[in-house]
Amino acid sequence: MNDDTPTSDRQQNDRQDGYDQARWTDGDRYEPLLSEKNSHEVSVNTPLPDDLTRDSLELPDLSEPELARHYTRLSQMNYGIETGPFPLGSCTMKYNPKFAEDVAAIPDAGVHPDRKDRTLQGVLGVYGTLQEHLAKIGGMDAVTLQPPAGAAGELTGVLIAQAYHEGDDRTEIIIPDSAHGTNFASAAMAGFDVVELPSGEDGRVDLDALEAAISEDTALLMLTNPNTLGLFERDIVEISEMVHDVGGLLYYDGANLNALLGRARPGDMGFDIMHYNVHKTFATPHGGGGPGAGPVGVREDLTEYLPTPHIRGSDDGYERYEPAETIGKIHGFGGNWLVLLRAAAYIRRLGDEGLLDASAKSVLNANYLADQVDLEIPFGPFHHEFVASADDQDAADAAKRMLDYGVHPPTTKWPEIVDEALMTEPTEVENKRTLDQLAAAFNAVASEDDETLEAAPQRTAAQRIDQVGAARSPRLSWQALDKE
Amino acid sequence: MGTHDTGSPYAPHTPSERNAMLDAVGVEQEADLFDIPADVRFDGELGISARSEQQVRAEMREVLGENDDLVEFLGRGHYDHYVPSLVDHLADRQEFLTSYTQYQPEIAQGFLQVLFEYQSMLVELSGLGVANCSLYDAATALGEAATLASRVRETSGARVLIPEQLRAGKQGVLENYADGADLTVETYPMADGAVDTAALSDTIGDDVVMVYAESPTVRGVIENSLNEIGSLADSHDALFCLGSDPVALSVLEKPAAVGADVVIGEAATLGLGTAYGMGLGMFATREDFLRQVPGRLVGASEDESGRRTYTLTLQTREQHIRRERATSNICTNQAWVALRAAIHAASLGPEGLVETATDCIERTTAVAEQVDDVAGVTAPVHERHHFREFVARTDHSADTLESELADAGFGVHAIDDNLLQICVTETNESAVDEFVDTLQEVTQ
Repeated sequence: MNDDTPTSDRQQNDRQDGYDQARWTDGDRYEPLLSEKNSHEVSVNTPLPDDLTRDSLELPDLSEPELARHYTRLSQMNYGIETGPFPLGSCTMKYNPKFAEDVAAIPDAGVHPDRKDRTLQGVLGVYGTLQEHLAKIGGMDAVTLQPPAGAAGELTGVLIAQAYHEGDDRTEIIIPDSAHGTNFASAAMAGFDVVELPSGEDGRVDLDALEAAISEDTALLMLTNPNTLGLFERDIVEISEMVHDVGGLLYYDGANLNALLGRARPGDMGFDIMHYNVHKTFATPHGGGGPGAGPVGVREDLTEYLPTPHIRGSDDGYERYEPAETIGKIHGFGGNWLVLLRAAAYIRRLGDEGLLDASAKSVLNANYLADQVDLEIPFGPFHHEFVASADDQDAADAAKRMLDYGVHPPTTKWPEIVDEALMTEPTEVENKRTLDQLAAAFNAVASEDDETLEAAPQRTAAQRIDQVGAARSPRLSWQALDKE
Repeated sequence: MGTHDTGSPYAPHTPSERNAMLDAVGVEQEADLFDIPADVRFDGELGISARSEQQVRAEMREVLGENDDLVEFLGRGHYDHYVPSLVDHLADRQEFLTSYTQYQPEIAQGFLQVLFEYQSMLVELSGLGVANCSLYDAATALGEAATLASRVRETSGARVLIPEQLRAGKQGVLENYADGADLTVETYPMADGAVDTAALSDTIGDDVVMVYAESPTVRGVIENSLNEIGSLADSHDALFCLGSDPVALSVLEKPAAVGADVVIGEAATLGLGTAYGMGLGMFATREDFLRQVPGRLVGASEDESGRRTYTLTLQTREQHIRRERATSNICTNQAWVALRAAIHAASLGPEGLVETATDCIERTTAVAEQVDDVAGVTAPVHERHHFREFVARTDHSADTLESELADAGFGVHAIDDNLLQICVTETNESAVDEFVDTLQEVTQ
């Protein structure tokens, strides 16, 4: 026997099923920064007069093999959907099909937007078809693809409502307390006052509260359906009538559209404007935070307010034009084209049956997982997601501990209507075995003591990170670190 | 994939698994789980027919093949630089591409470090203390700069000044952001393609919260009065927002040195190539305005082991915490494009960046001379220094020439009755001679 035996025993005892993330260390840091590996200051000599140019430029200077290793190591200290399950509520983390990446890489897709329409029929054709497919899926009459993300879609919708109401002096937008933070921020960005609607006891819109909130000042009611608790707003027809009776419009936040694919359409429920999150519902990659795309659908009489240019069929194919009452621009060009292209490919791949199956399996998965999880889930019946309560545990700590079980944790502490919320959306891409693994992680963590939770995570690249310290003394660049 | 003949190819349930799961939740079929009232249920068909993977790829190749095969000499805010193979191969690693926003930083150190490095590169290029880790594009970054100005200069007024020569899309987005913040956008004149500082001086007043100028401008002119513009803005307590891009900033005077308070621009100039206008909004500003910055910020911290780590920070500025009082509504951003730009910048290194930028000056001068040699064509129209692109005047209708050049396989901008704009980078320079010959033919 050698001296290693005790260590080996300990490792054996601590071993859990799951995952140990790669961890590259270098003294008191993990992988060094590019600038710490090699930096070089070069002097700048150009044909320009010296007073127009800088004297020198100092940036990292590494060879290609060194860079390949740098980024590969960093990628190993990052968790993606192909690493393991990613059940973040309201984020719809689906597997991103590989073929869509190949579609986005087709050389003919790499074109400049200032070409003449007749030389751009390929791009405009994809736009035209995707507009049409999204309109069908949402039950809308027209769709713009320009907004580069869901929040940009919201702003587009709010501006359309503002233009529609022009001269009416409607100053308020009503938003349920359980809505995404972007709804509030988008309304405020367009200059509206936000009226917050408290959720009813059943977690849905409380019609009495809505009655009290609604008035001739109401420009728009923004709703997510199913809402962030996974609940379908059963009174949607009545809600729609109430809003329309006072002359307001109804907006659909598409974050949770995956639950309804092929089964119910916002347009049929009375929604006038909606956005789609293609990086959720239509499986384009989240890219570590973006790019996404947030197309906006509208009913017929709002079509003329859409951002410019809009795309329509013409005698010779497709053309760009400026809608008569356009709200103007929401992106400098046509939006996140390469993201839209992936979504167009995904929708075509799935077709009616695939889309219907996606909503079926996403709802089955959420319900099955909820059934296997031994935590209180206060509301129901839910659809594609549920919000469990970590109860007497801190949800953020419970989430950190789940990382040690080789799964990404749910969204935590939101919506606030559930104490210590664990908002969970497995999507349709997980099979039973993975859902069982997820449930086991939930249940194992639920039985652990606070000390264990607070010491987590242990098996990720980094251990628990000091968030308070990061905000108290912000160091946001390697230059800031060098000043220390 | 033989277990499911119909349905989503990415829902992996076998029939027996599905049955076990249905049993566990106590229903006979998935449809029983939906709590949707009958009057809003959709029983129709969408009419989208499914395709095999092979069919979709073939179909998409065919549709995109409808684009004419043009050599593009197009710019005006969207540029094509050669993107090294390294960028695609590293950026496509699934750990980057398919990851989520780094709300669990312990398991996302890799991406956070890349974004921290991206922010640092922008700090070096701008000379300003803080850069965020991306906005959608240059236009939305300009809009965010204006709303930042309205917050930090709240008492001084409501006017934002922009140059009369500006990409229409950029102005359009700015106006939509400005309206909600009760700002008005006004233009100031330009003289020979650059800022008319005398006219700007007449236009500016103490009620101006921000002055915006570009270098290079939308016409490719390198602005020579940035110091003066910065001083003018400063003397009226207005912010000076400079629009540029990371390649140009590799050689142009540091924005901080000419008094810029905010730097915005199109950072997808690195890392992406032409993508029908898809971009990456660069946003850097002074440290004084840190708590007013829109979008996500990555900061350094320590973990329990005492090692340096990275995390999203100062999130109380953001919509998921501050809601209607957030600095912006942005949530999903362009993180993966920022990663691409960072890898591209690292791949070039300081020498490569300076060389790329210097080429954008020298090459443009040379090509303008070639174009100027064409009978009936004058280039550059503006007697200024140029970067990547320049304007040419012709005796002919610019629209007609644009169309004829397109027929001959070349893309250029017609920006006015007799003005063409031509952009040259390393990706189209090999076609310059042929292009100039063709220009000669169509202008005869």
